[in-house]
Amino acid sequence: MSNAIPFVNYLTLGDDPHLVAHECKSCSARFFDRRNACAGCSGTEFQSVDIPTQGEVRSFTIVAFAAPGIEVPFVSAIIDCGGTTVRGNIVNVEASPDHVKLGMPVKLTTFPIGKDEQGVEAINFGFEPAA
Amino acid sequence: MASEDVFILGIKMTKFGKHKELDTVDLATEATLAALADGGVTMKDMNIIAAGNLMGGAMPIAQVIQKACGQTGIPAYNVSNACATGATALRVVGMSIKAGESDFGLAVGVEKLAGAGLLAGGSRKSDGKEWERSGRYGAVAGVDGRIGTDTMPGVFAQIGMEYNHKYGGANFELFAEISRKNHSHSTLNPLAAYSKEMTLEQIMGDLMIAYPNTRPMCSANCDGAAAAVLVSGSKLKTLSQEQQRRAVKISASILTSDPYEEACQVLPNVNTLTRAAAKQAYEQAGVGPEDLDLVELHDCFATAELVHYDNLMLCEEGNAVDFFKSGATWRTGTTPVNVSGGLQSKGHPIAATGIANVWEVCHHLRGEAGPRQIEGAKVGLAHVIGLASACGIHILESNSA
Ligand SMILES: [Zn+2]
Repeated sequence: MSNAIPFVNYLTLGDDPHLVAHECKSCSARFFDRRNACAGCSGTEFQSVDIPTQGEVRSFTIVAFAAPGIEVPFVSAIIDCGGTTVRGNIVNVEASPDHVKLGMPVKLTTFPIGKDEQGVEAINFGFEPAA
Repeated sequence: MASEDVFILGIKMTKFGKHKELDTVDLATEATLAALADGGVTMKDMNIIAAGNLMGGAMPIAQVIQKACGQTGIPAYNVSNACATGATALRVVGMSIKAGESDFGLAVGVEKLAGAGLLAGGSRKSDGKEWERSGRYGAVAGVDGRIGTDTMPGVFAQIGMEYNHKYGGANFELFAEISRKNHSHSTLNPLAAYSKEMTLEQIMGDLMIAYPNTRPMCSANCDGAAAAVLVSGSKLKTLSQEQQRRAVKISASILTSDPYEEACQVLPNVNTLTRAAAKQAYEQAGVGPEDLDLVELHDCFATAELVHYDNLMLCEEGNAVDFFKSGATWRTGTTPVNVSGGLQSKGHPIAATGIANVWEVCHHLRGEAGPRQIEGAKVGLAHVIGLASACGIHILESNSA
């Protein structure tokens, strides 16, 4: 996996791929983007926290029209991962309301999205139904 | 000294739809001159102008309007607040009157949007040479579509589905039924971009954009403008009986942005700021949701209308589905919602929307809405929300005894 990089900075690869959030040291608000300060309390000190890889579908949509280069239809979802809300696609499932349900348990999964000319593979994450 | 009351003296919207021959300036000028004429005043009477236009680049639309129909040297404010842009322009003018700086002011919103297609973030892809990180997530390619969706139909679909997860009872058919109501209402509105009755089967069977929103359940991209002339209460007293009778009181003018709470930066939370704005608006106006004779709310998608029944406290918390099923929001119901046809049929020229919905309410409060008049309407509410986020609410009251 040495020739692989995560699609976004908040995805950690390795044997146990998972998401990592910046957690505000004073109010515990969690963010996935680069932070200047906390939107909850304006605090400026953060620590890294691992986000559970199991979650529950709190909302979803099946997108049929998207920007060029995006395969449709795909399932976009809002996942509750043990109290932290995460956004991602639901993969390894038919993109149909008969197969994706509100409240459905899901787990994080990773997959390659392509290689650059140096042969480095970018790895993205999504969620798949948890049996 | 108590601050000034603020009234709408004149207000107009253009026909919404495709205006091939008219550009942004034409549309804005048409609405402006019509609003001035409606109020019985001219550009020379105005002490302030606030205007918005989102798709025309960095054009200072307020000055462009002045150059088109009257340069008088007054302060010009160019405002930008997503779908709340028109409401923001209105509020800027109202604040100036309340502050005692202006007797008269003009607010304008205009947009050329016909054929704009999908409004989305767009998804950048690598040139293939070497992965390069960019943006606040350090992504090596666009996240839209690869980590959830940024498309508006998708975002608002998730907002409606989240409400359904929390309270239950909604499904594809119920959301489509909300759209059927608005399309049915639009048949009485000659200024709507689309004014065709649609059956449930037609709506559900149309092109799926982002489940559960099909094409007719999405706001229509179109061209249009709306303008309003505002006046102070004390100045209004010096005007004609007719002007006073037709004036509409702005009983509440509220603008909020979204307060932080868990998840709001993952899926926009349109509920917190709308509920906060509604609460402040009812308090400022001294009226409650039960007093409203009609409501124009921001149905940018059918899924959005449902959650705003709740956010505007038109129903009890969690009860929006039953409230809709009761028929309350049809024009024959207890709380008619979007009798204009809403953004799904009337159209959504973004910066014009927050004044056009006020125009609709004023039209009824003045008793001038013709075949679609809500009989005896005295109090109405106009609501808009723009992502990122801004919520504008105006409560309007008839001035005729
Ligand atoms: Zn904090």
